[in-house]
Amino acid sequence: MAKYEYSYYPGCSSQKGASSSNLSRSVETMCEELDVKLNVIPDWNCCSASIGYGGGGVLPRMTLSARNIALSEKHNVGQDIVATCAACWLATKEAQERFDHDGDLMADTNKALAEAGLKLENKTKIRHMVEVLIEDIGYEQIGSGVKRPLEGLKVAGYVGCQTNRPFGIDGESFENPMYLDKLVDTLGGESIKTYEKKVQCCGGALAFSEPVKSQEMIHGIIESAYDNGADVIATPCPLCQANVEIYQDEINAKYGSKFNMPVVYYSQLIDVAYGRNAKDASLDGQIIKAKKLEDIAGK
Amino acid sequence: MSTNTGMVEKYRNNFLKEVEANVEEGEWVKMCMQCGVCAGSCPLGSHWAHPPQEIFMMIRAGKRDEVLTSDSMWMCTSCYNCIVRCPRELPITHIMHGLANYAKRLGLTPKSQPTAWFSQVFWDNMMKKGRVNELKLGLSLYFKDGLVSGIKESIKHQKLGMNMMKAKRMSIAELFGGHGVKDISDLQKIIKKAEEIENARIESYGK
Repeated sequence: MAKYEYSYYPGCSSQKGASSSNLSRSVETMCEELDVKLNVIPDWNCCSASIGYGGGGVLPRMTLSARNIALSEKHNVGQDIVATCAACWLATKEAQERFDHDGDLMADTNKALAEAGLKLENKTKIRHMVEVLIEDIGYEQIGSGVKRPLEGLKVAGYVGCQTNRPFGIDGESFENPMYLDKLVDTLGGESIKTYEKKVQCCGGALAFSEPVKSQEMIHGIIESAYDNGADVIATPCPLCQANVEIYQDEINAKYGSKFNMPVVYYSQLIDVAYGRNAKDASLDGQIIKAKKLEDIAGK
Repeated sequence: MSTNTGMVEKYRNNFLKEVEANVEEGEWVKMCMQCGVCAGSCPLGSHWAHPPQEIFMMIRAGKRDEVLTSDSMWMCTSCYNCIVRCPRELPITHIMHGLANYAKRLGLTPKSQPTAWFSQVFWDNMMKKGRVNELKLGLSLYFKDGLVSGIKESIKHQKLGMNMMKAKRMSIAELFGGHGVKDISDLQKIIKKAEEIENARIESYGK
């Protein structure tokens, strides 16, 4: 039996052939190494992220999350729900809080769920994978499994918005969360404490609808990483990762910059530090190759 | 009588009450103390015609049309900076989502507001199979202004698409079916019921 076991909510972008399939592959590797078993919530649905509000009112949106929690309570009894996507985590946790505070909302969502014979108890803890790493496993234990320290790798820890606000990680500040830096240091890398854009918004879903405004912010996020001497940006958030990585060509064309900054996930850093190869760490999923990290993985 | 006219009749001269009754977390609006920290904290702050604290004062001043037809609340990126900094702990992000949803419900959203459009496309895309189809979502963006400009946009972003395919982070298979929940009719029944309950409540206020 695995040492840790959770009910897993992977989310749309984590699926095969989707934009953060590299996150889910690297998380699988990481969980193998850390002896974590993830039981996918059977037949989970989209949470509608933080952009569904134009199409869905409060009750329909909250009910999307209610269905996921109810399915988890039915099939993965007694297991905390763990999400790897910031928006999935936020939407589910937010829905749970609202059901807790608003009995009418809870009653209404259960009326809707009854249409498919489901019932929400709302007793399940909703957690982010980062919380599992920090609270359940801990830096010390993570550090003890490092086989290939990320020596000389300068990492700009880009926490972003929704892994950090409004819930964030217990004991961390909203303005200057340190956990990503601590994790990098634990893995033998060099965190950049002066990376001032660590909680700057990348535009989120507005990167699609308001690309000019969003790319201006993304430009700043990358520029600061260069100014701080980073080899790589690391993030826990799938939308942050995609937004900051994939538009660098467009940003270069508009701003005359020559950005070619790799953006990776914390899970990929752990995979490599634990001695796994570039493929297991899903470094083949980079659009901008993380050359230095690949070199460490190939050692 | 449209829902909009119904609401105007019912809440004549009291837009604050209308917001409190019908907008997500609207009961918090009166708690704003006008400090402006939200405006200063918003990453797209300079693009808002009326930053949140101004919107809150306008609601209290009964500026119904100006608020509901504004594109300000559609500038919210859901970064939650305003929420964690607000000294009075107003759930500002949610109020902005709520105002946007309410304005859209009443048909008052400015035409061709890109985020209003995108949020509906996202919702419809997601409700088809219960999970987002990223490829179709991307294509609907490129083809939003018709076929000709769609082809132009697609060519412009061709390299991005090729990069994503090569990294296996975009799949042509999504065009033909793609991911989804097992029994979509079950999910659709649930959400339809939720919509019925919510719509009935809002319409009953307007009467």
